[in-house]
Amino acid sequence: MAGLSLDLLALQIFTGLALGAVYVLLAIGMSLIFGMLTVVNFAHGAFFALGAYAGFLVLTLGGNFWLALLAVPIVTGLLGMAVEWGLVRHLYGRGIDDPLLLTFGLAYVLVELIRIFAGTQGLPFDTPDALAGAVDIGIGYFPLYRLFVIAMTVAILVLLWLFLERTRLGLIIRAGARDPEIMRVLGVDTGRVWRLVFGLGTAIAGLAGLLAAPLQGVSPEMGNAILADAFVVTVVGGMGSLAGAILAGLLVGVIVSLTALFAPEAGDVAIFVLMAVVLLIRPQGFFGRAGLMS
Amino acid sequence: MLRVHDLNAWYGPSHVLQGVSLEIGAGEIVCLVGRNGAGKTTTLKAVMGLIARRRGRVLFAGEEILARPAHTRFARGLAYVPEERRIVPGLTVGENLRLGLIATRRFADANREIAAMAALFPRLGERLDQIAVTLSGGEQQMLAIARAMIAGPRMIMLDEPSEGIMPALVDEMFALFARLKQSGITLLLVEQNVELALEIADRAYILDQGVIVHEGRARALLQDAAIKERYCSV
Repeated sequence: MAGLSLDLLALQIFTGLALGAVYVLLAIGMSLIFGMLTVVNFAHGAFFALGAYAGFLVLTLGGNFWLALLAVPIVTGLLGMAVEWGLVRHLYGRGIDDPLLLTFGLAYVLVELIRIFAGTQGLPFDTPDALAGAVDIGIGYFPLYRLFVIAMTVAILVLLWLFLERTRLGLIIRAGARDPEIMRVLGVDTGRVWRLVFGLGTAIAGLAGLLAAPLQGVSPEMGNAILADAFVVTVVGGMGSLAGAILAGLLVGVIVSLTALFAPEAGDVAIFVLMAVVLLIRPQGFFGRAGLMS
Repeated sequence: MLRVHDLNAWYGPSHVLQGVSLEIGAGEIVCLVGRNGAGKTTTLKAVMGLIARRRGRVLFAGEEILARPAHTRFARGLAYVPEERRIVPGLTVGENLRLGLIATRRFADANREIAAMAALFPRLGERLDQIAVTLSGGEQQMLAIARAMIAGPRMIMLDEPSEGIMPALVDEMFALFARLKQSGITLLLVEQNVELALEIADRAYILDQGVIVHEGRARALLQDAAIKERYCSV
């Protein structure tokens, strides 16, 4: 390993953080939806892909990346609310399996719809001009766009935290996740709140897809692979835990990035080894509550 | 205020309420007593719309409410303090109080309303920033009552409010019920502490195996040893 400098290692860790930021965004939406609705959303990866394609559409129609940043979460959020209203809500109270199978099937339908309307081939997605190039971050040059992804993720997390801790709806969500029945007694239409939470989760997933698009291009299946990784993140962090999703997302991103450098042949397995180890030592994940799935 | 007619409720296949009828006038304190498993809690839950399979008629302030979703009752002025108190874990005392206003227009004035509650319940007022589930049992019960009161309901249904609470606090709580009555709030009380409950109640119903078996003035019932012995001993 001669020639491997500390700077290179640090840069690789930074690359991992940018990748981890995308995992965090996906996992936090899944955790939010699972924590409140007890729905394991297997369609989350499809919403990720839809977000990327919706961004592609905005660019094709003459809009710019900034407009896409605004439009994509609105579109995927509304679509998520429609899915909750039309499909998911009918399965509440029927255990964890039914909504899981439903969203699993829905993911196939959504990916197939993308293939029908946008083609089966992947499409290139240019980095916005203002964010192209690299900047010196002290340890070497780092792509500006990856820094932007990290900064956006931080901003979204701060906004989400403020929303949950400081607003009326946030208080309803925090309380409703723990005791929905008492919220109904106190006059809250929990069905509407759940629709909103589902939409919030899919809005963030769509935004994650858009942010990931310049890093990897868009393809109908782009959500499938990352969904598996995001599941590892939610399991390692603890199902339903937002703090767990953040910590595990960054950790998984860094591990993926470092194995790519040191042992590329182990790239696809490393995080599943991590998941296996965490599950053996701490089955509920970093911050998860035990017995949530039972 | 509340008229329940031929209320039936089921848990799975078991037919728990088999035609309960009762009536509570505005400003009354009515006590619902009976042995464990008689269906008292189920009656309150069915009225609140928290039991999926329910049938019959429930009129609140003249309006049929039984078939409506559970969350529509609070805005009409019907509050409920469940037996387990249901203080929300992870939230502070102040946040739990805020939940009592969260579905109302008065949420905008939450700080003022909370200050009013803090004056009424000084022990809660001193602990607004404390995580609520770390309160003592009695304090949690007071919090549950304050949360049900804060939006100014017309009627409160309380399930076993004195359960597991030290005697000094129980007296304080019953004094509060008497004050609530004076301010015009209607109360339906399910209580194991029959003697104490009957002393402040106007009327009482006795529930046994899912049906009302007796109805009368609270004072009369208080003196009827035979009935108390038969239906109220635990």
